[in-house]
Amino acid sequence: MTVFGFTFPEINSILRWQDLFPTFNKIALIAVAASLIGIVIFLLAGNQDGTKAPKGVRNLAETIVDFVEDGIVMQTMGRQGLGWTPFLLSMFIFVYLCNLPGIIPILYMPATARMAIPLFLSVLVWLIYNGVGLKHQGAGYITHMLWPPGVPTALKPLVGVIEFVSNILIRPFALTVRLFANMLAGHILLVTFALLTEELVAADAIALKPVAILPFFMLVFLTAFEVLVGFLQAYIITILAAVFIGSSMAHADAH
Amino acid sequence: MEAFAQLAAASNLTGDEAKAAAAAGSAGFAYGLAAIGPGIGIGYIVGKSVEAMARQPEAAGMVRTTMFLGIAFTEALALIGFVVFILIGL
Repeated sequence: MTVFGFTFPEINSILRWQDLFPTFNKIALIAVAASLIGIVIFLLAGNQDGTKAPKGVRNLAETIVDFVEDGIVMQTMGRQGLGWTPFLLSMFIFVYLCNLPGIIPILYMPATARMAIPLFLSVLVWLIYNGVGLKHQGAGYITHMLWPPGVPTALKPLVGVIEFVSNILIRPFALTVRLFANMLAGHILLVTFALLTEELVAADAIALKPVAILPFFMLVFLTAFEVLVGFLQAYIITILAAVFIGSSMAHADAH
Repeated sequence: MEAFAQLAAASNLTGDEAKAAAAAGSAGFAYGLAAIGPGIGIGYIVGKSVEAMARQPEAAGMVRTTMFLGIAFTEALALIGFVVFILIGL
């Protein structure tokens, strides 16, 4: 696509990388690396003597566990949700480490900017919260989900359809698109400003060259912003997973 | 800009070209319109949250969690608009 004589690359060329070997491209490499780094950090931390004051990597691991436990699980599910900490913790670390390569030089590609990983995580969360609901509330989960308590009988068909669509279809879709589109938008912004800087530096007119400082500052600012977005999106997908799972099990005896 | 020029000259284009030009022209509108509502909504959420945190600093943790939840739900609309923009525009 060409705008004002400035050629923006096809969307495929900024997202699709060549395969390292068949069926394994760099997105898969980042995803594998993200899971391995998470596992290694916690194995190293787990090997330390737990009776002494924590040091090094154990400090890091304990900070993350504390953050997920106090900031996410206790705030949304309360005490009964503490059993879900390991799942939410691994999800948070995996998504964060997948987001981070978006600003790491050489890699410069968030693995979550492709639909596959967010979609897989959302389907996993979907299966879990429906499974938890059926386990904790039995068949009551279905009726509870379709008709919140206190709905007049005349409105039941309408409310049922709306609640079904929003709980079963929209929830996983929105969870996927939220993470995917955020990372994709950040990636495209970085590409745009990097290209603009390069194009202005290489411009024929000498007067245009100093102008390149403007998109360059924007690029630096956006890179810092992406650090924040990568963390925030990992936090948000984890907290939403916690809210969905919590809402499936909370009402067992509430009404 | 180029898209608008093409739109203006659409009468000379064949069916597929005119379709592509119209898609390129409307992609910007798709995202621009999708961003209005969530923009107002997120402003409201954050403003009210800051107000609540200033009134009751001891409840800041809970308010912040709820604020992020609200932002996430509101923001989804803008992001769907962004996906549509990618789908029809590029």
